[in-house]
Amino acid sequence: MLSRVAQNIYWMARYIERAEDTARIINVNTNLLLDLPRSMTFGWLPLISIVGAEQPFFKKHPAQTDEENVVVKFLIGDRDHPGSILSSLACARENLRTTRDTVPQEAWEQINGLYIFARDHLPTRRGRFEFLRRVIHGAQQVNGMLAGAMSRTPAYDFVRLGRFLERADMTTRILDVRSADLLPRPHQPAALAKQEQAQSQSGGGQIQSANAVQPEEQNPFESIQWMSVLKSLSAYQMYRQQVRSRVGGPDVVKFLLQDPAFPRAVFFCLKELETCLRNLPKNAEPLAAIDGLKQRLSAAAVPELAHAGLHEFIDDFQIGLGELHDLLAESYFMQ
Amino acid sequence: MVIEWQHYAASGSYDELIDHRTGPRPAAQALCEYLTSLSDEELSERKTAAELAILVMGITFTVYAEGASIDRAWPFDIVPRIIPKREWDRTDAGLRQRVQALNLFIDDLYHDQRIIKDGVFPAEVLAQSANFRPQCVGVNPRHGVWAHICGSDLVRDRDGTLYVLEDNLRVPSGVSYMLENRVVTKRVFPELFEYQRIQPVDDYSLRLYDMLASLSPRPGDQPTVVVLTPGIYNSAYFEHAYLAQQMGVELVEGGDLEVGVDDGVYMRTISGLARVDVIYRRIDDLFMDPEAFRPDSALGVPGLMRAWRKGKVALANAPGAGVADDKVVYAFVPQIIKYYLDQDPLIPNVPSYLCMREQDRHHTLANLDKLVVKPANESGGYGMLVGPHATPAERKRFAGLIQQNPRNYIAQPTLALSTSPTLCDRRMEPRHVDLRPFVLSGPTTYVTTGGLTRVALREGSLVVNSSQGGGSKDTWIVDTEGL
Repeated sequence: MLSRVAQNIYWMARYIERAEDTARIINVNTNLLLDLPRSMTFGWLPLISIVGAEQPFFKKHPAQTDEENVVVKFLIGDRDHPGSILSSLACARENLRTTRDTVPQEAWEQINGLYIFARDHLPTRRGRFEFLRRVIHGAQQVNGMLAGAMSRTPAYDFVRLGRFLERADMTTRILDVRSADLLPRPHQPAALAKQEQAQSQSGGGQIQSANAVQPEEQNPFESIQWMSVLKSLSAYQMYRQQVRSRVGGPDVVKFLLQDPAFPRAVFFCLKELETCLRNLPKNAEPLAAIDGLKQRLSAAAVPELAHAGLHEFIDDFQIGLGELHDLLAESYFMQ
Repeated sequence: MVIEWQHYAASGSYDELIDHRTGPRPAAQALCEYLTSLSDEELSERKTAAELAILVMGITFTVYAEGASIDRAWPFDIVPRIIPKREWDRTDAGLRQRVQALNLFIDDLYHDQRIIKDGVFPAEVLAQSANFRPQCVGVNPRHGVWAHICGSDLVRDRDGTLYVLEDNLRVPSGVSYMLENRVVTKRVFPELFEYQRIQPVDDYSLRLYDMLASLSPRPGDQPTVVVLTPGIYNSAYFEHAYLAQQMGVELVEGGDLEVGVDDGVYMRTISGLARVDVIYRRIDDLFMDPEAFRPDSALGVPGLMRAWRKGKVALANAPGAGVADDKVVYAFVPQIIKYYLDQDPLIPNVPSYLCMREQDRHHTLANLDKLVVKPANESGGYGMLVGPHATPAERKRFAGLIQQNPRNYIAQPTLALSTSPTLCDRRMEPRHVDLRPFVLSGPTTYVTTGGLTRVALREGSLVVNSSQGGGSKDTWIVDTEGL
């Protein structure tokens, strides 16, 4: 298989997944805001740093506006933001256009149609939910068509490598929406808040508080908020089947990071990447990197993470995923 | 549809299916009876079915409009053009003869140039040839063949004589449409294939693969063959992808290939570099290798000419083969056939006036309103003057061009291109057609059964190019002997 074709297919799948997951991120934030009392709102700006788009956003909006309309418009339809839903769909289409013979005709038509839909129907606030729903469904249809009509050759492995690497990354970003640093909780004990501050400023070492967090102390909205995170990942039902107790932060973080069976959980994504790589040549280094990532996931102290340090952990893990991409590129895309 | 053949216009052109005095020609008898038996509705249903099949099969060609490239459905007419087998056998032999002579001619030009020394071909024509590549002098391609794939355009004049109008020896295109036209026609008129002897065309891709594989510089091994395309913006991209797919080989772009330190050509794959033996290149000479030709070409592969000259890789067609694909060289083909094969041409040339000859030039300038004037090195119907249809201003401009650069122009009488019945808006009407058969030359020679019939869909138009409003038809070679 030609490196160029492999690379195009891989990016096509990444961009489709990115469009879908960006839609999910916007949905989770919308739902969170609806559930919270006005006094607790934290606005929209955090989404910009979660998708790592500070640079293009602040260039365009130097006033760092926090307005819902501005931020959401930027995430959905801004062509200057390479990660916007519209840009992602355009890139998916462009990558596939040059290698159309590799995927079934229907999948090309679906991707082409999805891009044209997004381009022509950029939503207002009222139509937003329906628009995002269609983007998510459209991306799922592409996945279904590829699963149902593509031979299991290396081309399909590259589709899945792109999809699951992007998904692992985006699931951690969605979790990040709810992570401690970005969502201050009013009932948080003062000592813990200070500790977090100190860690993020000086690298820690001053106050090693043994102040374990009391689950009972979580605020009355906590459960609802975690439920919307689950729902935005279509994970609520599967989570309930697995975890019977009340929906709480530590359990949700554990489920979305470490569950081996739920297809949007990070651990599951890594297992999929592993399976694909075993079919491919020159896989030693990327496989070793995946192994390292899996170990980091398993070793994560999940209950504590849910209250402190989740953002740092996720940041760090995302860098690991970036390195995995570089290894894939080195093995397969460049020579 | 009730077809009153006697009312089917007698435009003064030869019609491929209908003799305007006696009705359908023998080879077209069965088809015409069948068409007459269909109601108007049935016929228009078949037409819709064909259009749908083309859409579903994704047969497209690319046109440029307002800076964006668009895939357009391939315009197709469901009524086939028919040639009796007996006539085709003669044409087949004529094409083999012609391509064989042209290959000997190219090989001679890049070696001893005997034909010039013997005074048969003028040195000044070669000296001014835009397609002669000094980089190719002394190279010995396998089998002595330079033009492995040739597409010659044939036209028929009013008296029924078939002429060669031009030879395409660089990167002739259209064969994929010939193959797809047959697939569509079989879907639309399956009944007709059941009780007639229509010669099949389907084995072209297999023949093409075998020919290409035979060029491999590493005989014995299973050779790696690739198709090299300039990319999706090329108007023939559909064909490049189609042929690669049919042959089961990789479709590569310039960036996928590199020339190694051993001067071998390699493609970048997910398993590392893989050696390439034969390249069916669909990129023009000048864009093929920025080291040897245009340094600004982003489509090519640096060092490709070096690899080819050293015999590390085979290129089809060979670089420099276009030297014989020149309207002035064309005028010499009858002498070329005589010189190398000591035979008379089986298919005649259209009589041509070479503007470089003083007498011919005077004749051309005096008769611009009757002649077609063509530049030596253009294809696709660009840069031509069709005298009878041109305005006085256009004729004046061409007179100037000819006097400025006489070597670059030839003139030919305006042929009354033959017509073939075409379904136009629920009526059967005559439309002008030409024919492009394809000839594969390797250790053996293969000629397609028939070829691509292109049709000028606009009434009265003589321009058959798809980029300029042309369409195509299936072409049947029908065996009527012993039926």
